[in-house]
Amino acid sequence: MSVSKLSRNHKKIQPRGRVAEHIRGLPKSGIRDFFELVNTMDDVISLGIGEPDFVTPWSIREAAIYALQKGFTSYTSNLGMLSLRKAVCRYVDDEYGAKYDPVTECIITVGVSEALDLILRAILEPGDEVIYQEPSYVSYPASIVMALAKPVPVATYEKDKFALDPKRLEAAITPKTKALLLNFPNNPTGANISLAQKREIAKIAVKHDLVVLTDEIYSELTYGKMEPTIASLPGMRERTVFLHGFSKAFAMTGFRIGYACGPHELIDAMMKIHQYSMLCASSVGQSAAIAALQDGRGEMLKMKKEYMQRRNVIVKRLNEMGLTCVMPEGAFYAFPNITSTGISSKEFCTRLLQEKRVAVVPGTAFGPSGEGYVRCAYAAGMDEIETAMTRMAEFVQELKSGKKKAK
Amino acid sequence: MKTKNLRNDVLELLQRNARMSDQEIADRLRSTPAAIKALIAEMQKDGTILGFSTLVREDGKSGTGKVKAIIEVAVQPERDAGYDRIARAIGNFPEVRTVYLVSGKSDFQLEVVGDSLQEVAEFVAAKLSPLDGVRSTATYFLLKKFKEAGFALTEEEKHERLKVVP
Ligand SMILES: Cc1ncc(COP(=O)(O)O)c(C=O)c1O
Repeated sequence: MSVSKLSRNHKKIQPRGRVAEHIRGLPKSGIRDFFELVNTMDDVISLGIGEPDFVTPWSIREAAIYALQKGFTSYTSNLGMLSLRKAVCRYVDDEYGAKYDPVTECIITVGVSEALDLILRAILEPGDEVIYQEPSYVSYPASIVMALAKPVPVATYEKDKFALDPKRLEAAITPKTKALLLNFPNNPTGANISLAQKREIAKIAVKHDLVVLTDEIYSELTYGKMEPTIASLPGMRERTVFLHGFSKAFAMTGFRIGYACGPHELIDAMMKIHQYSMLCASSVGQSAAIAALQDGRGEMLKMKKEYMQRRNVIVKRLNEMGLTCVMPEGAFYAFPNITSTGISSKEFCTRLLQEKRVAVVPGTAFGPSGEGYVRCAYAAGMDEIETAMTRMAEFVQELKSGKKKAK
Repeated sequence: MKTKNLRNDVLELLQRNARMSDQEIADRLRSTPAAIKALIAEMQKDGTILGFSTLVREDGKSGTGKVKAIIEVAVQPERDAGYDRIARAIGNFPEVRTVYLVSGKSDFQLEVVGDSLQEVAEFVAAKLSPLDGVRSTATYFLLKKFKEAGFALTEEEKHERLKVVP
């Protein structure tokens, strides 16, 4: 058969819909669209970046270089280097008040991203439901769908400082609810919850026998009191998987190191998927992570202090321009309410970008309940924040005076 | 306790950027410009803040072309004044910018600034060495500064982050 004939035949029998249905139905991240738009423009000040503007502290980078020099470039144990797991478990005990056995109850992963994917795939069966708070990190609903389960968002509100309302949570629970996914301090709202609020949620989880997945990636960046994790509360240890990593507080996003701590049964199930799909996290990254826990604390606290001061400034500026904004208690995001401008989040962001060259992310990228809000990341230098706020104030001013004129 | 923290925070910011406005300091620390102004005045009065100076890149275009040297000085401490009298005697010369008593082989470490190599050498030979109690000196001229007062003077290649990430 000639080549042309073959290809003609091939065309004829080309099957439609090679992509699995649940993936076809998956929306592209709203942030992605916005990213494409921003990338076509010059001279943009971006408060759209959900990662530290700091470079990884030198002592950590230096440890990574040393690991390379020594030729430490092979696979590690599937669970991750034991020395790192030991350091992680000590850290989780000291900082968050939860004790885990480094040999059987801890796994090192490729960021929290992989850890979350593993635990979802490990526990979910088709038809299961997972409740998560909304507005939420963009990956949550998609990750749940990819694990063949149903994402069930529970909206959180500005009036509650974006804490999860236990009544709403309980109302969303059905016999199919398998797990509850929490993220405090929160991306995109910056909200945190108190120990008392954690207790209430824990009670509900125990009552309905839910697995709780707590994504505490921003936990060091807590500007109020640091309190124990929900995993440490009575009845929670056996049902909670504590997810954390090095990306945010230690400014190590590109190293891709995270971890999960939890009861052996769940960690072991995660380990099975991980050993076939990932083998292990990067060995250089793991060496850097050990250095972060050994002597990265001082630098981490310096970055935290700077974030906190930027938060104070950005919230003040937002309020001065007439936007209400809950004082974020953690992470590096401010989530102002823009409904007073009379336009949608998406229009606000698109026009702010086009008219003033400032990028912030529409609240709707984090779920429908984000309508009326925008996310301003203050992981940017103070000068950039000040300039962005000046431009945004002009924009808001123009919108509001234009609206009056139109009347 | 609270005011002590505020004092430390203000000092930390000023040491990073002495021109930071009272307003910016206040906004960062959730205080008021008037309170910050008063606190800085108080710290100047009680001697916590010695002064404000400008870091200049001396090898640069608008540099002053001045020459700087680190000088180690070994001295004979005195029976009743210890190091104090001689430290004052050395520090009184306007060429001397800093005087530290240090551990190690020598006693003092000085920073001396002059218009030229000759001028600094002259200072050492004619003024410093003959001082009563000075036993020996060792002079190190600075050839190139890589970092000063926490600021790197050599440009590192900047890595660009993506413009929007989740
Ligand atoms: C809430 C939340 N979880 C997880 C991640 C991803 O973290 P990692 O870099 O550890 O995969 C992010 C990053 O933006 C996040 O905001």
